[in-house]
Amino acid sequence: MAGAKEIRSKISSVKNTQKITKAMEMVAASKMRKAQDRMKAARPYADKIRNVIAHLGHANPEYHHPFLTPRAEVKSIGLIIVSTDRGLCGGLNSNLFRETLRRMQAWEEEGKEIKLCIIGSKAAGFFGRLGGEVLGQLTGMGDTPGVDELIGTVKIMLDAYIKGEIDELYIVSNDFVNSMTQSPVVEELIPVEPEQQDEYKHHWDYIYEPDAQEVLDVLLERYIESLVYQRVVENIASEQAARMVAMKSASDNAGQLIDELQLIYNKARQAAITQELSEIVSGAAAV
Amino acid sequence: MAHLHVDIVSAEHEIFSGEAVMVFAPASQGEVGIAPGHTPLVTQLAPGEVRVQLESGEEQGFYVSGGMLEVQPHVVTVLSDSAERAEDLDEAAALKAREEAERVFHDKDAKIEYATARAQLAEAAAQLQAIQRLRKRAKR
Repeated sequence: MAGAKEIRSKISSVKNTQKITKAMEMVAASKMRKAQDRMKAARPYADKIRNVIAHLGHANPEYHHPFLTPRAEVKSIGLIIVSTDRGLCGGLNSNLFRETLRRMQAWEEEGKEIKLCIIGSKAAGFFGRLGGEVLGQLTGMGDTPGVDELIGTVKIMLDAYIKGEIDELYIVSNDFVNSMTQSPVVEELIPVEPEQQDEYKHHWDYIYEPDAQEVLDVLLERYIESLVYQRVVENIASEQAARMVAMKSASDNAGQLIDELQLIYNKARQAAITQELSEIVSGAAAV
Repeated sequence: MAHLHVDIVSAEHEIFSGEAVMVFAPASQGEVGIAPGHTPLVTQLAPGEVRVQLESGEEQGFYVSGGMLEVQPHVVTVLSDSAERAEDLDEAAALKAREEAERVFHDKDAKIEYATARAQLAEAAAQLQAIQRLRKRAKR
């Protein structure tokens, strides 16, 4: 029975791999659902702030916050790249990087400088190999990041904008379309697009404490932080969805491999038995 | 009887949403009490307790570590911060992220070689495609 033992041990090793990929698939599925819940939970905050900002903008047309005013000349662009911390999630990160590079190159051809801010160790590794001007980075957030972890990285970019080091701020991350589809999207964070609402036709205004400018400063900062947080959570949902799909196909492949190996093993076993029989028969005939 | 609709939200989740008769909040200039019909107000909140008096007379308290309070005659929105915030704390966090970047990207060229980058990505994509093709062939 030549090779039968080897085949058997190979089957058991593939089975073990399949167990792991199946477990990872299930873990990813449950984490994806949790991340989706967090995505939904984060929405009311941003919506409420957007309402207040729209209101403020409507009530105080004379006050222009720098975050709300587009700059005439855009020389330099800030880009926050949101990637995953871990691999084994199909082509998620490379699709994201391809789209990012395409945009970056287009900007560079227009003569704009690019300053990066990196979230997630995959992007850190990628741009660490390639170079690029990186202002800030954040890695190792885990599956449940908090807004508090993002404050520093976002602040770097906001400060850079206020100092005039960058004239526009974008964020690139994966959009969670559904559990099968995730697509990279580039979104503009600054200047903030004020919401156009027709219902704000009335002419009352808030009382501001301490004053309108300070309130608007804080609100806009929180608003951009919450947008970045949303993108990060959405990226985690995308990561888990991509991993789920990748692990499902890995488990399927392992199953196929096991079937094939099993067939080879059975054939080898049968051949061995046939051979043994014919040996016995021919041996008996010789006596 | 007039009511207030109260929403307490943080960037991470919704904390409370419902009807109330009175809301007390720790505004940065001192505690404020808001009854229905209050004049529109936007103010910063200091860390403290937001108390919501329900119709049943029951009172619910929520701790906020700062944030914003928005009042319209019949709607009160508390935008709670999810962390302790202060200018120097934020500054420290920013500094940390910047140092992290400098540590990792130290002595890296600021110029990106797009050709190299694309080659690397193409390689990864080709690998994936090859795997998919192999899988299709296996199924046939």
